[in-house]
Amino acid sequence: MNDGPGTRDYDWWLLAILGAICAIGVVEIYSATHGSSLAGMHWKQVRWLVLGAILMFVLSRIDYHLILDQAWLLYLLGIVSLVAVLLVGHTRFGAKRWIPVMGEFLQVSELVKLIIIIWVARFFAEVRSDDLSLQDLIKAGLFVGVPLGLILKQPDLGTALVLMPVLVVGAFLAGLQWRHAAIITLAGVLLIGCVFFPPVSRHILKPYQRDRITSFLHPENDPKGSGYQLLQSQIAVGSGGFWGKGFGNGSQNQLGYIPVRYSDFIMSAWAEEQGFKGVLVALGLYMALLLRLVQNAQRAKDRAGMFLVMGVAAALGFHVLVNVAMVIGAMPVTGIPLPLMSYGGSATLFVFLAIGLVMNVRLRRFVN
Amino acid sequence: MSYWFRNDNRLPQGRLTIVSYFIVGMVGVLLLGFWKLQVIDSEKYSSMAERNRVRYIPIIAPRGRMLDRDGVPLVDNRPSFSVLLLRDDPALAEKSLPIIAEGMGISIDDLRDQLNNAKNLPKFQPIVIKPEASNADVAFIESHRSDLPVLEMISVSRRRYLPGGFMAHAGGYVGEVSEKEIENSGGKLRPGDFVGKSGLEREYNDVLMGTDGLQRVIVNSVGQEKGHLPTQEAVPGKQIQLTIDYDLQQVAEQSLGARPGAAVALDPHTGEVLAMVSHPAPDPNDFAVRISGEDWKKLNEDPQKPLLNRAIQGQLAPGSVFKIITATAMLEDHNPPESFTTYCPGYATFYGRQFKCWVFGKSSHGAVDLHKAILQSCDVFFYNVGQRLGIDRLAYYGTKLGLGHRTGIDLPSEEAGNMPSAEWVERVFHRKWYAGETISVSTGQGAVTTTPLQLARTIGGIAMGGIFKQPHMLKDAQKVGEERFEISEPTVQKITDAMYGVVNEGGTGAGLKLAGIEFSGKSGTAQVIGYATRERFGKQKKFEDNAWFVGYAPRRNPEIVVAVLVQESGKHGGEAAGPVVRDVIKAYYDKKAKRTEGQYTAEEKHDNPGRALRPVAAIQHQRVSKSDGQESVLPPRPTSTAEPR
Repeated sequence: MNDGPGTRDYDWWLLAILGAICAIGVVEIYSATHGSSLAGMHWKQVRWLVLGAILMFVLSRIDYHLILDQAWLLYLLGIVSLVAVLLVGHTRFGAKRWIPVMGEFLQVSELVKLIIIIWVARFFAEVRSDDLSLQDLIKAGLFVGVPLGLILKQPDLGTALVLMPVLVVGAFLAGLQWRHAAIITLAGVLLIGCVFFPPVSRHILKPYQRDRITSFLHPENDPKGSGYQLLQSQIAVGSGGFWGKGFGNGSQNQLGYIPVRYSDFIMSAWAEEQGFKGVLVALGLYMALLLRLVQNAQRAKDRAGMFLVMGVAAALGFHVLVNVAMVIGAMPVTGIPLPLMSYGGSATLFVFLAIGLVMNVRLRRFVN
Repeated sequence: MSYWFRNDNRLPQGRLTIVSYFIVGMVGVLLLGFWKLQVIDSEKYSSMAERNRVRYIPIIAPRGRMLDRDGVPLVDNRPSFSVLLLRDDPALAEKSLPIIAEGMGISIDDLRDQLNNAKNLPKFQPIVIKPEASNADVAFIESHRSDLPVLEMISVSRRRYLPGGFMAHAGGYVGEVSEKEIENSGGKLRPGDFVGKSGLEREYNDVLMGTDGLQRVIVNSVGQEKGHLPTQEAVPGKQIQLTIDYDLQQVAEQSLGARPGAAVALDPHTGEVLAMVSHPAPDPNDFAVRISGEDWKKLNEDPQKPLLNRAIQGQLAPGSVFKIITATAMLEDHNPPESFTTYCPGYATFYGRQFKCWVFGKSSHGAVDLHKAILQSCDVFFYNVGQRLGIDRLAYYGTKLGLGHRTGIDLPSEEAGNMPSAEWVERVFHRKWYAGETISVSTGQGAVTTTPLQLARTIGGIAMGGIFKQPHMLKDAQKVGEERFEISEPTVQKITDAMYGVVNEGGTGAGLKLAGIEFSGKSGTAQVIGYATRERFGKQKKFEDNAWFVGYAPRRNPEIVVAVLVQESGKHGGEAAGPVVRDVIKAYYDKKAKRTEGQYTAEEKHDNPGRALRPVAAIQHQRVSKSDGQESVLPPRPTSTAEPR
């Protein structure tokens, strides 16, 4: 295997897009924190980016077939670590999500996302028929359901939700039948309906999650809660106008009105200071990134590689959609970061590792 | 290497393409969302961002001062601190309430109420939780600057009035603006503003009140100050100069003393009000900050009615002062002729009913002509005159000479009094005029009511030969109204001669003589408060005798006319009210003499217009002894040499 891919075979376009997104992120993290007690955070982010890039290259060198070979082992490892985090994990912000690794706290669920992408790719690659049978669909659903439930238990609704599109996109590409799709859609609509319907949501959601949904529906009743966060984000975005207020000039950003402006709401800070033109650039980059991923999938050597790449695309796309929709107040606060722009160690490493898988597939498109 | 994936290259290209379209669609929808916020609704969010970041702290404009005619400050301001509660962050404000309540000694329920009341106001508008901060409060706020960012102190200027209720009614007082006033102001007034509530404070509120400024502070999301925007400076209110003469006002206040009543001094040539007193008087300093509901209720329900400005709102029977009007009517109508005399046995009988003269039971007036009738205030003479004139002529002259309608003084809520007539009883009581009522009216009893201001203007106007100037309190009043009612020279001559005689020829004001001054006047004593009141209360002691005296000097074209009412005195007008009039007129001439001798210069008081108002010695509310001599000592006056505060 080691005689295979050279540097020319890396997707340099993809890397350029990633680099641009990371640069925007670092710049905006600097702008959001330079005048506060969090000053210097951008350097920490740069460290995560460098570490992530190294891991990405390392991962890209290991043939993805070898990784997929160990899908079940990884799956079990994932389940064990999720159970472990529930038992001995570190609690921050009211949720048990972190375990200490090398002096930093890592979110196990980020790693589990990666494992599920691998597992789903392996699972659907093994489906031989052109049409996905209901039996296989349910099987896949159950196996994804277990870690999903464990992550929900932490509780971390956002990360748990990310597993869904990985499964859905995988199933779609594995030949999901339209009537099954209809049933799933119906079930999804029902589930969302339940979440928004208080008598039912009382039994399935945590109080803080219900609060987020209520304040999303009625932000005026909750001036300082998550409805307030959404409103402040909207004010930031809206007041940015077309041209933006300029770097370091967003009052919502600089005076701290945007909640966690360096992380989940970094798009809000970017939109305020850079305006609609800046948003156009950022979302354009994300669109290019996603389309580039699809293109890599289309050129994959085999189904397994295609599923791997599309699992990554599904997870990243979902991150972008849910995060940006939240920033403009179109979705409740879920705690999903914006890939590579939001500050965060685990999340950054996850994205680079995921891209590492994609590179892996690309590097091997011509070799056996 | 495992076998499971080998050679399986069936890629679902169609479905991958669908996913690409989905990605483009998703980004497109998100961009639409940004377009709506950043382009379509951008202005709305910009203003919301602005309100977020800027905290508005009012800079209270000081109200204009009120000066007397010589420039002596009558009402000015003193510096003070107000404590504001900022409500930009309602949760933070709510959380801080217990600490604030304890630190500043305000009950937490009271604070909650205030917060609740302000619920509908814009969030960036702070509320005043303590209008008058003590030194301890200031220290508390300073020491909690960092952990109580919701507290803010602003310097305000409070109204300072002369103590003891000096000129309280004419000056009026200020108070927090009411909701109704805000509505009627067309956006000029905002909650928490102080506006004039009565008297001159209210009449000239627009002049006195300045425009508040705004300090614009940039605050971060936890309320800490991060910078300043250009300040919008406050525009102070303009000061007004009154026609009031501090010295005369002081004499009138002291001379009237603790007795309920009123005194008004006018210059009949110009209509300028030189003094206006009403007692009892509240101390408006008590409500210059914020009056408690309880205290306010007490003031309102006080049977002595301290909030009533008796000088313009006390409507009482003028008693014998009205005889001047009856006499004028008689001489002008020649009915009965000037030579008319009657015999006064102490009473007279009309329409089968006995009407007493005031000397009834003590003595009698004997043969009386007009001159003697005015000097001795003989009721029987005027009963006869009134009967001959009839109510229509009395009402005609009463109205023309200034009764039954407002004088038009520049004070709010002036009352009109009442000049009864046949038409009036028809309109109000739907009955015919009783001839017997004319007898009462001719001596100023019955349904005739007047305010002290009206009587001053009427008597002064008659002595001026029929020129009635509109009374006013603003020194440089632009348009002073004037009513003219031609009274023939012989009539004025006879009336003024008689009023001179009241004081100087052994009339009812004989004890009031002032050496070298042609002090003239007419006394009056009315037994009742009003027509309707008498019906209800009968002859309770409380309503005995309203003593009047309206005096002026000199006897023709007077420079000053003073009307004094003393209520519930149990004495006749000449005894109870006369000395007050005399004191004021004497003070007027004393001051005039000083001024012509050059001892008194107004300039000395003008040279330091910025100095603070200095409290004068509290007015002693003591009865003025009846037997005091002709001397009335001027009380100490504020001068520029004194220390402020």
